[in-house]
Amino acid sequence: MGASQSVRTEHEFQDVADRTGFSLEQIGNLNKRFRQLSKNEETLSRQDLASISALDNNPLRAQIINAFFDKRNLRENEAGTVQVIGFEEFLMVMSHFRPAAMHITEEEREKLRREKLRFVFNMHDTDSDGTITLEEYRRAVEELLSKAGTIGQETAKAIADAAMLEVASTTRGKMEPDEFYEGITFENFLQILKTFDIETRMHIRFLNMDTATMRCGK
Amino acid sequence: MSVHALRKSASSSFVFVGIGLPIEASAPAYQSHGTEGSHLTNITNTKKAFPVLAVNYEHVRKPFEIALWILLALLMKLGFHLIPRLSAVVPESCLLIVVGLLVGGLIKVIGEEPPVLDSQLFFLCLLPPIILDAGYFLPIRPFTENVGTILVFAVIGTLWNAFFMGGLLYALCQIESVGLSGVDLLACLLFGSIVSAVDPVAVLAVFEEIHINELVHILVFGESLLNDAVTVVLYNLFEEFSKVGTVTVLDVFLGVVCFFVVSLGGVLVGAIYGFLAAFTSRFTSHTRVIEPLFVFLYSYMAYLSSEMFHLSGIMALIACGVVMRPYVEANISHKSYTTIKYFLKMWSSVSETLIFIFLGVSTVAGPHAWNWTFVITTVILCLVSRVLGVIGLTFIINKFRIVKLTKKDQFIVAYGGLRGAIAFSLGYLLSNSHQMRNLFLTAIITVIFFTVFVQGMTIRPLVELLAVKKKKESKPSINEEIHTEFLDHLLTGVEGVCGHYGHYHWKEKLNRFNKTYVKRWLIAGENFKEPELIAFYRKMELKQAIMMVESGQLPSVLPSTISMQNIQPRAIPRVSKKREEEIRRILRANLQNNKQKMRSRSYSRHTLFDADEEDDVSEVRLRKTKMEMERRMSHYLTVPANRESPRPGVRRVRFESDNQVFSADSFPTVHFEQPSPPSTPDAVSLEEEVPKRPSLKADIEGPRGNASDNHQGELDYQRLARCLSDPGPNKDKEDDDPFMSC
Repeated sequence: MGASQSVRTEHEFQDVADRTGFSLEQIGNLNKRFRQLSKNEETLSRQDLASISALDNNPLRAQIINAFFDKRNLRENEAGTVQVIGFEEFLMVMSHFRPAAMHITEEEREKLRREKLRFVFNMHDTDSDGTITLEEYRRAVEELLSKAGTIGQETAKAIADAAMLEVASTTRGKMEPDEFYEGITFENFLQILKTFDIETRMHIRFLNMDTATMRCGK
Repeated sequence: MSVHALRKSASSSFVFVGIGLPIEASAPAYQSHGTEGSHLTNITNTKKAFPVLAVNYEHVRKPFEIALWILLALLMKLGFHLIPRLSAVVPESCLLIVVGLLVGGLIKVIGEEPPVLDSQLFFLCLLPPIILDAGYFLPIRPFTENVGTILVFAVIGTLWNAFFMGGLLYALCQIESVGLSGVDLLACLLFGSIVSAVDPVAVLAVFEEIHINELVHILVFGESLLNDAVTVVLYNLFEEFSKVGTVTVLDVFLGVVCFFVVSLGGVLVGAIYGFLAAFTSRFTSHTRVIEPLFVFLYSYMAYLSSEMFHLSGIMALIACGVVMRPYVEANISHKSYTTIKYFLKMWSSVSETLIFIFLGVSTVAGPHAWNWTFVITTVILCLVSRVLGVIGLTFIINKFRIVKLTKKDQFIVAYGGLRGAIAFSLGYLLSNSHQMRNLFLTAIITVIFFTVFVQGMTIRPLVELLAVKKKKESKPSINEEIHTEFLDHLLTGVEGVCGHYGHYHWKEKLNRFNKTYVKRWLIAGENFKEPELIAFYRKMELKQAIMMVESGQLPSVLPSTISMQNIQPRAIPRVSKKREEEIRRILRANLQNNKQKMRSRSYSRHTLFDADEEDDVSEVRLRKTKMEMERRMSHYLTVPANRESPRPGVRRVRFESDNQVFSADSFPTVHFEQPSPPSTPDAVSLEEEVPKRPSLKADIEGPRGNASDNHQGELDYQRLARCLSDPGPNKDKEDDDPFMSC
């Protein structure tokens, strides 16, 4: 920091590499992209992300941008959001999208699953209370179908309700009519997505491509 | 007697009704038998006994034999499935070949010439239905995710097999003791190219029964489909060359160019016909009955057209099916869809059965030239080259794959490389002048027998032994579906953030292009806007509703189920009239857009989901009850979230009758309880809904109740009835998302 802002040493990158698990080359590429997005500043703000044109047609645009600034994704166990993020935080969020290595133990695979599912969970759980309530889930589904026109909006609620019912009956089974199911906890979330192979699906290929020189959406 | 002569010589102008009444239709028949003419007049003048019963086999011979063969094949198939133990151990293809052998032997014993699997019959009649079935129901998502791997296996793997085998066999033939020194390199290479291709028919037949996991299945299956282009080129190439005898560099170069032309050309032809079919289906709303025919005919034309140009017919067929499917399915009616599905399954099943039986018969019939060394070496080399090829290619491919192929996967892919009837037919096509034809045919047949019998029979226990991952028998979960879509968008977004134009970016672009331009042209009506998630949800609803109907009057199996009350915070059902109207409006709109289709994964040849309840009455009934249920559900859902204890006597509407969902693995039920007499003024609106309940069981006149609601219900019902029956004069609102990969 300070005078040597624009030059990151190999040593510092190595630190980051160890912490986040990226290779040096990937970090180099991502750093270039970071610089491009932040217009050569040290930190990235919401505005910078919001200006990416590739996100324009994405129904999850707002949630994705929020996810980068969500403290829960930045390894801090507190709720709330930050205003700006540095490169290391950027990498931390990106590390959720690393593919699984070929030979990993069952334990590591489970850990990876939890990590990725936690990211998705955090995206749904907007008030950071640890559970996804019916309202939050409804909103999530509505956002998902927001580009689908009126048909989408009308059935979004029904879909969210049906999904919620499914979670409740899978995790709680029998419930007295008087009982109330508060919301999806993280453990429930893991349970219903047990057969969903997120560890293989949620990844981006950080190929050894020089992203800054490609014609990237700004 | 002379009447018989006349009959025999006349050129099918006799219509022979069962009781034996010969009707002459052509006058020239008389004149052609000059001397007999007077004889005939004599005969007609003298009163001869009327031929009540006579036999004219020649007349019906050809269709009769064909029908008999098919009937025999199907009876055999029927027989196998009646013997439980047998069909569990031995794959059907083996049994059918054995039957073919027996039949062939029988025919030979009788003294007749057993029919051989005529190549033209095979390629033009028996193969297309199987390939179309495979292509139309190809699971798109796994296929496109693995298309790179599949292409590598199909192209490079087959090339490797062909050259490795051809080369080594040539080397073998050079050895004096074998006695085949007359075989030159080109002939061996030709042989290699015939035997090297993995056969889709055999793969389908065997893999269907072992329910392997999706990845391996699509790899082997996709490879067997896409290697056709390579086979075609190599075969034609070597056949041409072996006539000439020499190969130049230019020829090799032309061969490579030819490969691209054949494969891409085939795909292009298929795509063109696919688009034509899709476009045609846009206008078929008034003539629903012939819709399936368009699908079949356009596909067959695609196949024939590409065969005409020596392009790859199989790839054309696949391309046609894949391209046409999303759009056609959005346009055609439910019954047409069912028809297409059933017909394709039926034809492909018959074709497959016939192919294997004929293979057996041809083995008995065909001229054979046995040479121990050659044949044994061929078999061994087949295995070896396949294993080496798979291992080598996987090593390279795994560097580029995210989900690596494990050793088990590789083993199954290698072991599942079965050869089949295509190899035989190609061998049979070799002109008789080819000196080694008989030898080659024998070797091919041996290889086929070996792969189908040995590999086909042992693959199932091996899969068990190695504990290879089986197909996920997962029920569709709406949460998973939501998250699949969620993940798609999330990953596209994150790719955008890192500026990486990756997989998801292009997929998103393609989807958008498809939505804005292509769908507009090819899909009738306003049906092209629906996203996948909604289609999935509707499908689940329908399945649930159908299950409700089927479970009929059964009492509730689940003691208590989670209902909306459990997830919705408790509150008083205080709903204003205005809100209620709004809800009803939304529900009606929802209902109108509902579809009556149930799409199911159609891998299996033998079983189809039989829950297609085509009974109009019961469908309408369940549709009505579903609507009621939704109405009630929504009633409670719009209540504000305050967690007060319920007021005494709060209304809980029991919604019993025939419409409870029970299967434990299905959609959770919405379970409301018996209404108690109204004690709260706010529950007035509910009271009016109660009397509707009894009406749901019996009649389909629509609910009695609120006047406006009733009227709308009537309209809905009428619209539904029209939607369900076929052909529908009104605009059939049958939308489904094209990319719903079923």
